[in-house]
Amino acid sequence: MSRRVAGVGLIVLLAAAVAPVLPAYPLTLLTQAFIVAILAMSLDVLLGYTGLPSLGHAAYFGVAAYAVAILATERQAGFATCLVVGIVAAAVTAAAFGLIAIRAAGTYFLMITLALGMVVWGLAFRWVSLTKGDNGISGVPRPELGLPWSLWGPLPFFYFSLVTAVLAWVLMGLLVVSPFGMSLKGIRESESRMRILGYNVWLHKYLSFVISGTFAGLAGVLWAYYNGFVSPVDVQLVTSVETLLMVALGGPGTLAGPAVGAALIVFLKNFVSVYTKRWLLILGAVYIGVILFAPRGLAGAFRGQRH
Amino acid sequence: MTAEFWIIQTFNGLSYGALLFLLASGLSLIFGVMRIVNLAHGSYFMLGGYVGLSVVWRTGSFAAAVLVGALAIALIGIAMERLFLRRLSGQVLGQVLMTIGFALIFQDAALLIWGGDPYTIPVPGPLRGVLRAGALSFPTYRAFIVVVAAVVATLLWLALDRTRVGARIRAAVDDAEMAQGVGINVPLLSLAVFALGAFLAAMGGVIGGAFLGVYPGADFEVLPYAFVVVIVGGLGSLPGAMVGSLLVGLLDNFGKALFPELSYFTLFAPMALILALRPTGLFGRA
Repeated sequence: MSRRVAGVGLIVLLAAAVAPVLPAYPLTLLTQAFIVAILAMSLDVLLGYTGLPSLGHAAYFGVAAYAVAILATERQAGFATCLVVGIVAAAVTAAAFGLIAIRAAGTYFLMITLALGMVVWGLAFRWVSLTKGDNGISGVPRPELGLPWSLWGPLPFFYFSLVTAVLAWVLMGLLVVSPFGMSLKGIRESESRMRILGYNVWLHKYLSFVISGTFAGLAGVLWAYYNGFVSPVDVQLVTSVETLLMVALGGPGTLAGPAVGAALIVFLKNFVSVYTKRWLLILGAVYIGVILFAPRGLAGAFRGQRH
Repeated sequence: MTAEFWIIQTFNGLSYGALLFLLASGLSLIFGVMRIVNLAHGSYFMLGGYVGLSVVWRTGSFAAAVLVGALAIALIGIAMERLFLRRLSGQVLGQVLMTIGFALIFQDAALLIWGGDPYTIPVPGPLRGVLRAGALSFPTYRAFIVVVAAVVATLLWLALDRTRVGARIRAAVDDAEMAQGVGINVPLLSLAVFALGAFLAAMGGVIGGAFLGVYPGADFEVLPYAFVVVIVGGLGSLPGAMVGSLLVGLLDNFGKALFPELSYFTLFAPMALILALRPTGLFGRA
């Protein structure tokens, strides 16, 4: 655990140190990596620590992103309003979906979260008067925080994203080592045993679901500001599955692993798409390769070698 | 909102439901026997349409397009199950990620081979035109889809309910481990069911390609519909797939006609309601 904390600290310090000398493009990718890392870590709370594989995680991310985009463009709302409304919208969505989804287990849970995610995608795609449909909402302005640096600059926005991601990692890290987090792991390992021990398994799963969705909302808020543009692509099934891939690639149940997985996928996607139009073929092959050759993720692969 | 509107829309919903049945019945059986969430199922639909398109271009025969398209994709399904998915039996997450990997590869491969332009599979002469009933007229092709789905449903029901293989499949749906224990070759059965599912989805793709068109992105467009059908009807249940398809076809059609802005919501929200009341779907068993 302490080695992992040291490792994360080292990576973060390194990123913070090299950022000022990086060219613009790698810097935006690094910013994107930190934002998406929050999303991947939020799913890890649910998948890695509670054992619930959600296929609809983009829904909470997207709800928050849309909330920010709509508020910031049409109402010219400030940062605090956007942040709070975005996160609350994600939490409320997760709280509503959780009521339906938590009743199911295993493959049923996958199917139900997939379908619930589609509800949000359907609204984003078709509720044109609110979401502008397929065109998406563009021109989301970067927030004014009253700091001496404007977040319109790539470097200040990078540090803003980095600090938020570290904060999210610390909060989620504290959550998973808390007694509550331990109970979640217990449920992951044996639900029936935890039930017999007197734990309210449903409530634990439900809270984990809502907390996970809430952090996905935080990532969504940042995403809307980062991209300046929100569209149904952000809430589609492929986005949810990509988040699952990041967690699987990094190693579920480690928080830091999925964050690294997120960074790898972000860089891979962007670099490969520079060199070839056939990057979907390569991404597809990555999915299959990860499952065949690193079924427990990179973290699992390294751990396997040590023992 | 005349009576005419309701009759025509009901017919349209019915024919769309019939197409969905071709797509979703296989998915439901695959799910029932193997517990695989196959995200590449929509790809079979799309690839079937493209292969059918190429066959029509070469031979001009619609029947050949349906047959060759369905068989070619069934072979792809067999290869996918035998070479890849079988290694991951029981790993829910691994299977999902693997099937999406294939879905992405199929999507890009289709773009590479057939390009990005949308096409429509030409409908054979006798199926063009409309059927008239009094003042109402119905496209013949939509009626044809309903007939095909009815025939397929009857054949599937006879096979599942009246044959030895069907009994084995039902046994594997109920309890794969126990079925294996009493001497049923579940891996072989799974392979056959997977091939059948791909076959039916691709057949739907060719038939649907004549009125929905064949285009990039069709795979992920039909996938959610197939999943809603399976979820609403209950996993591994043929009657469930039938009722689910009709329900989804009608809901989608009326949703789009009456509340265009909320059309997906009118489709997915009733599903969420059914799930809240009956988590295993209308006809599913826990």
